[in-house]
Amino acid sequence: MSAREKSWKEIAPAGVCSRTSTTFLTGDWKTYMPVRDLEKCTRCLLCVLFCPDGAIHWKQEKSDIEFDYNFCKGCGICANECPTKAITMKVE
Amino acid sequence: MEMAKQEWKFTTKDIAEKPDLFLSGHRACAGCVPTTVLRLIMKALRGPTIVTQATGCMEVVSSIYPYTSWAVPWLHTAFETAAANASGIEAALKALKRKGRLKHEHVDVIAIAGDGGTYDIGFQALSGAVERGHDFLFVLYDNEAYMNTGIQRSGGTPKGAATTTSPAGTAIPGKLEYKKPIADIMVAHEIPYVATASPYYWRDLLEKVRKGLEVEGPAFLHVLAPCPRGWRSDQAKSIEYSRLAVETCVFPLWEAVNGQYQLSVASKLIALAPQKKRPVTDYLQGQGRFRHLFSPQNKHLLEDFQRITDERWRRLLAKCGVSAKP
Amino acid sequence: MKSVVKQERMALSGDEAVAYAVKQSDVDVVAAYPITPQTIIVERFSEYVANGEVQTEFVCTESEHSALTACLAASVTGARAFTATASAGLALMHEMLFVTSGCRAPVVMAIANRALSAPLNIHGDHSDSMAQRDSGWIQLYAENAQEVYDSIIQAFRIAEDINVLLPVMVGLDGFTLSHTLENVDTLPDEVVKQFIGSRKFPNVLTHEGKMAPFKLDPDNPMTMGPIALPNYYFEFKRQQEEAMKNALSIIKQVNSEYAKISGRSYGNGLIEPYCLEEAEVAAVCLGSTAGTMKTVVDELRAKGVKAGLLRLRTFRPLPVEDLRSALCNVKAVAVMDKCMSFGGNGGPVYHEIRHVLYDADVRPYVVNYIYGLGGRDSTGTAKYLRGSPADSSGKAC
Ligand SMILES: Cc1ncc(C[n+]2csc(CCOP(=O)(O)OP(=O)(O)O)c2C)c(N)n1
Ligand code: SF4
Ligand code: SF4
Ligand code: SF4
Ligand SMILES: [Mg+2]
Repeated sequence: MSAREKSWKEIAPAGVCSRTSTTFLTGDWKTYMPVRDLEKCTRCLLCVLFCPDGAIHWKQEKSDIEFDYNFCKGCGICANECPTKAITMKVE
Repeated sequence: MEMAKQEWKFTTKDIAEKPDLFLSGHRACAGCVPTTVLRLIMKALRGPTIVTQATGCMEVVSSIYPYTSWAVPWLHTAFETAAANASGIEAALKALKRKGRLKHEHVDVIAIAGDGGTYDIGFQALSGAVERGHDFLFVLYDNEAYMNTGIQRSGGTPKGAATTTSPAGTAIPGKLEYKKPIADIMVAHEIPYVATASPYYWRDLLEKVRKGLEVEGPAFLHVLAPCPRGWRSDQAKSIEYSRLAVETCVFPLWEAVNGQYQLSVASKLIALAPQKKRPVTDYLQGQGRFRHLFSPQNKHLLEDFQRITDERWRRLLAKCGVSAKP
Repeated sequence: MKSVVKQERMALSGDEAVAYAVKQSDVDVVAAYPITPQTIIVERFSEYVANGEVQTEFVCTESEHSALTACLAASVTGARAFTATASAGLALMHEMLFVTSGCRAPVVMAIANRALSAPLNIHGDHSDSMAQRDSGWIQLYAENAQEVYDSIIQAFRIAEDINVLLPVMVGLDGFTLSHTLENVDTLPDEVVKQFIGSRKFPNVLTHEGKMAPFKLDPDNPMTMGPIALPNYYFEFKRQQEEAMKNALSIIKQVNSEYAKISGRSYGNGLIEPYCLEEAEVAAVCLGSTAGTMKTVVDELRAKGVKAGLLRLRTFRPLPVEDLRSALCNVKAVAVMDKCMSFGGNGGPVYHEIRHVLYDADVRPYVVNYIYGLGGRDSTGTAKYLRGSPADSSGKAC
């Protein structure tokens, strides 16, 4: 059970949520982490679309993708779906 | 809001660049494809949107107070109420607009429910809401059992699958009943848009979400959403299963616009080149819920799975006006 | 009262009075499902819709469960929402009653009180709404068609007050009120509209870190109806209880403000004492029975019996203080329940009154009478005030 930070007087009624889940990091759930071979990666972006945790971002300024290990749960979907097998799952 | 006024064209990059409206930090199991489905769906919105959801895994993992994974206005009330929620929201928007109290020209309404909240307990509300013609899109993410409460069978669980209320025992080998053809039942409601989708075919999925929003009146989208925990399958293969289901014709992709069935590309290719249709075992093997079907005494069940798959595929081809090739 | 407005006298049944009040209350969404003895409400309202007399969106749902759900969803989208039901319909809504109050959706609902099956019975008693006592709804019970009309209008004001923000049920006795034609003085449309005003929304902190009006609005996204774990669930229940307490004063205030424009008030809005001062024996009842009881009290008074009556208008929140000070000086109280609490040693109202009087310095005798179940006539009402103060169902304390 997580802690209570506010009293009933301070919180909005009816459970209106006061923060986004992006402040709740799930990165420590993983045992394996995806590691990408930059040479093999074609920037097809499929992994970005398939990641259940939105943990792979397309960074326009770098013209490249980036893993966000704060949220990656290490499921391996990205590695499994990568058309060029550019991703391998490594023990963290 | 006429149907497909202007075709929605997008590149992979367009979609990858779109900020997520279903946010990271949700508590779904690793490899949960229902969450991929939600992320993708939310990338197909066309404007102001209100989302409402039934009780189930996706609701629980995305709204543990004080955290929310929803960047859009979102309402949950109960398990069986997704369509009734949508009815009320849509009615309110209509009334407020009529009275000049709505800021927006139009607000889309999406109701999301699992198979339990759609095939079973939520069906009455769904049937009623579409009969009344409310303008909303109902998205069924089908992980084929009640996962939130620990993998119990639903009307959407395929025959033969082991769940915690249809276990593979020595006397009864898993669920005895066939999967209810929910999308066909929705077509029978004579609503303007019904479609099936699978996240592996993400482009098709996004286009169908958009069409469902664009159409005036109720739209129903049935999305297969593999759940590694409930299917007892490899997390990494969750998207792969969503492909295999289509390639084996266990879950063909089609849409029915105003009752007119047509195959979507992935399934049409199989219809045109039947040798591409893979045996159901390619899909079933590796899923722990079907493991018992592979033991010799259950051979007939495996055959029956192939038989019902073929039969339903043939019927679908007929509805789509495609003559079944040998 | 100078400012009392000119009113139109109409012949309306209780159900028609509800429909007419809803028509005047600028309701945005009505979602409902027919059930006797409520059906006339939705039928009349459908006529208003069909004839273009209202701008309301009318949703004729496939069940009461969906009717209330749609009202709840409409309400949190910013609409004023109304529904009506009875008996089995209310029982079918049970789950959503809690969700509605928990979501703080100020839905107003008329209950044409009716018995519960089995055996099936369409007549009036309070079993349906009493079974929903703890669902977090404010409960008002009306004595006659006039009060039904007035209470529906007041209910919107009470429910939508931002210090309350709770759903309200208005009970009208099945057939006795729902189907009986009475003279009802009705306010002009504009006066009603002004009295209720437009919907108000408290500002709440959203996940975007903004303060925004409490409703589903694409410009200010917020998450409503999440899952709350043991660390926070209790906090939301506490908030609901505070809102109930706030409702006590708001109901009184609305009652007196309404009196100023209409010339009508119902006690202090919470309780209505009748000949209670210096009374030695008193009855407590809800709803239309009070009309009969007032006659009985008059008769008894004429005979020299110091009888009085307390009509409990607001059953939830329970006006504990008002009840105690009104009843603590009588010698014996007869509590009348049109509902059975099986195995509970007395009906629900009886339990409440005994509970209220427990803290009185001198406790009156309190006895219980279960009456009128399934619409049985309660003639010879006088006996309730004559009987012995102690009987098998309620021992003197
Ligand atoms: C009226 C009611 N009955 C039962 C439940 C318990 N319950 C909550 S979620 C759920 C199953 C959800 O299954 P599904 O709709 O398939 O969604 P999933 O969890 O699989 O994503 C059940 C049985 C409930 N919340 N409400
Ligand atoms: S799927 Fe593979 S190739 Fe495509 S962007 Fe991701 S890592 Fe690169
Ligand atoms: S391992 Fe899973 S969670 Fe991590 S980045 Fe890949 S797909 Fe996303
Ligand atoms: S049980 Fe299945 S559907 Fe539920 S969160 Fe886990 S993977 Fe997703
Ligand atoms: Mg499910």
